[in-house]
Amino acid sequence: MKFLKTLAVTTALATTMMANPGFAAERIALVVKSLGNGFFDAAAKGAEEAAKELGDVEVIYTGPTSATAEGQIEIINSLIAQQVDAIAISANDPDALVPALEKAMERGIKVISWDSGVAPEGRMIHLNPSDTGLIGETIIKLAADYLPNGGDVAILSASSTATNQNAWIDAAKEILPTKFPNINLVSVVYGDDDSVKSTNEAKGLIATYPDLDAIIAPTTVGVVAAAQVVTDEGLIGKINVTGLALPSEFKQFIDNGASQAVALWNPIDLGYSAVYLSHQLIGGMEAKPGATFSIGKVGEITLDDTNSAAMAAPFQFDKSNIDEFSKIY
Amino acid sequence: MTDLNSESRFIPDTLVKPWRTAVFSWPTLLFVVAVVLFIVNSFASPYFLSPWSLSDATFNFTEKALIALAMALLIISGEIDLSVASIIALASTMMGLALQFGVGTPGLVLIGIVTGIICGIFNGFLVTKLGLPSIVVTIGTMSFFRGISFIVLGDQAFKGYPPSFSFFGQGYIWWVVSFEFVLFLLCAFAYYLLLHRTNFGRHVFAIGNNPVAARFSGIRVERVKFILFCLTGLMSGVAAVLLTSRLASTRPSIALGWELDAVTMVVLGGVSILGGAGTIQGVVIAAFIMGLVTFGLGLLNIPGIVMSIFIGALLIFVIALPIVFRKVKERRA
Repeated sequence: MKFLKTLAVTTALATTMMANPGFAAERIALVVKSLGNGFFDAAAKGAEEAAKELGDVEVIYTGPTSATAEGQIEIINSLIAQQVDAIAISANDPDALVPALEKAMERGIKVISWDSGVAPEGRMIHLNPSDTGLIGETIIKLAADYLPNGGDVAILSASSTATNQNAWIDAAKEILPTKFPNINLVSVVYGDDDSVKSTNEAKGLIATYPDLDAIIAPTTVGVVAAAQVVTDEGLIGKINVTGLALPSEFKQFIDNGASQAVALWNPIDLGYSAVYLSHQLIGGMEAKPGATFSIGKVGEITLDDTNSAAMAAPFQFDKSNIDEFSKIY
Repeated sequence: MTDLNSESRFIPDTLVKPWRTAVFSWPTLLFVVAVVLFIVNSFASPYFLSPWSLSDATFNFTEKALIALAMALLIISGEIDLSVASIIALASTMMGLALQFGVGTPGLVLIGIVTGIICGIFNGFLVTKLGLPSIVVTIGTMSFFRGISFIVLGDQAFKGYPPSFSFFGQGYIWWVVSFEFVLFLLCAFAYYLLLHRTNFGRHVFAIGNNPVAARFSGIRVERVKFILFCLTGLMSGVAAVLLTSRLASTRPSIALGWELDAVTMVVLGGVSILGGAGTIQGVVIAAFIMGLVTFGLGLLNIPGIVMSIFIGALLIFVIALPIVFRKVKERRA
């Protein structure tokens, strides 16, 4: 019955909309990997915020029930039929969505991908949450901020073959001598994104380097394991654990002091920026290498050779905001 | 029970008058539901009644519906195939592998279809020759076939299918009429003839109602079932060609969960899940209903989770309705 009511209400709504063809000027669809995911709900919140700032923009927040490319294609088809002005998508598959999105662009719809990208021929712009250099710098900065006189840090990574983590660590090593001369990286160990192995590696680090000041874990599994070890061994205040962490998983370690701050991409800013970019494309701006777009309060981005860009450095979570974000994702 | 002796000895040709069978038949009921949905949709969204929208909508269900046609026969015969979606994944992977060796469009299509048939033969062999229950066999092959895709592809994808290959999943025969849709209508007609107009079709019903009696009547039960598994494999292969062409790429997660969508269409189409009864017309209309519901709700941007609730409710409603009617009738009588 509830459903019938919803149907009746939506029907009524739709009829009113038909009666006023000039309603909402711009309709931007925010298509996510799957609904019911806190990360994407937060992105939708950011998108709404941007829409409010821009005015006269309606955000359609939608996504399939299960994270499949086929489900997203069905949604793209229905968005094409609704003649939306732009589709901003976090893709379940970089290739399978290309034909459907090409069709959307043929029918005059602006298409961008964000978070999880689509192959270049299937979109106009791709917005990465961050980039390798920025992440490498951030993970060191997170430790350095709380070591004004310098100190020894160690990295607890995922597996030794993890492409992402290795690239970030390389970037961190590159930036150390110039930007953080008094930070000494003593070791990089690998916990394979396995809780038990990460715990053992963290214990090993503490035993081997008695003067260790911080453990940096650029992986959500490792960072929790390291913080747990520091808590269990009573080293809170002596060793600061930091890195990339999910606020919801990590809140307790910010609260108990095992960690001063961690970072991760901010989904709210992602959704916000995606709407800003879509809005400018609808306004007639052209996406080409080197073009600069404003993303409102987040800043601005410049497109690279593949028309993709990085939004910002990972967003920092500390005592001041962990409560708010741990509820989101 | 009425006293038989007091009744006249008149024995009718059919138990119910023909017009009544037609009016109260399952396909008619479904057809009414479909028409109602169509009308509701046209009022609910200003974008619904556009030839291109409707054409785009058909892509959402034609591949599943092609499988449902063969699945209907299989379920009527009292068997089931839950590996169909995994057959798509394997067939698509084989096409992708062939592509790496430079096979052209006709070869790719052939490989997709042949892979489907081979998978069907494998299922059919296990069920009919070894006498294993089909639900167990196909739950096994469901993991097995897709597992092979995962081993071949891992987290990679095959792409770069030739432009001529894209016709099958993205091409149009005339104006908004897509190749996929025409193929579906032709196959639906072929399956209608096969099930309702041939001896083979009668055998399928007989087996579904009573396999032992069917065997004693001289029907080669095993052979019929074997053919049905091959047909299901074939249709999965065809669906694999269409879907791969439509996505222009292959990933091991392709068509994940489609087996239940196909079974839902069949059951919604009035095929008895216990076997022995059902029509192709019903399955075809059920396919349209699923398409109308998902597309119509999609146009209103109603979240997918509500859509699955709606499909579930529809399924229960359509299945329960005749039973409720019968119970009410029995109580009155």
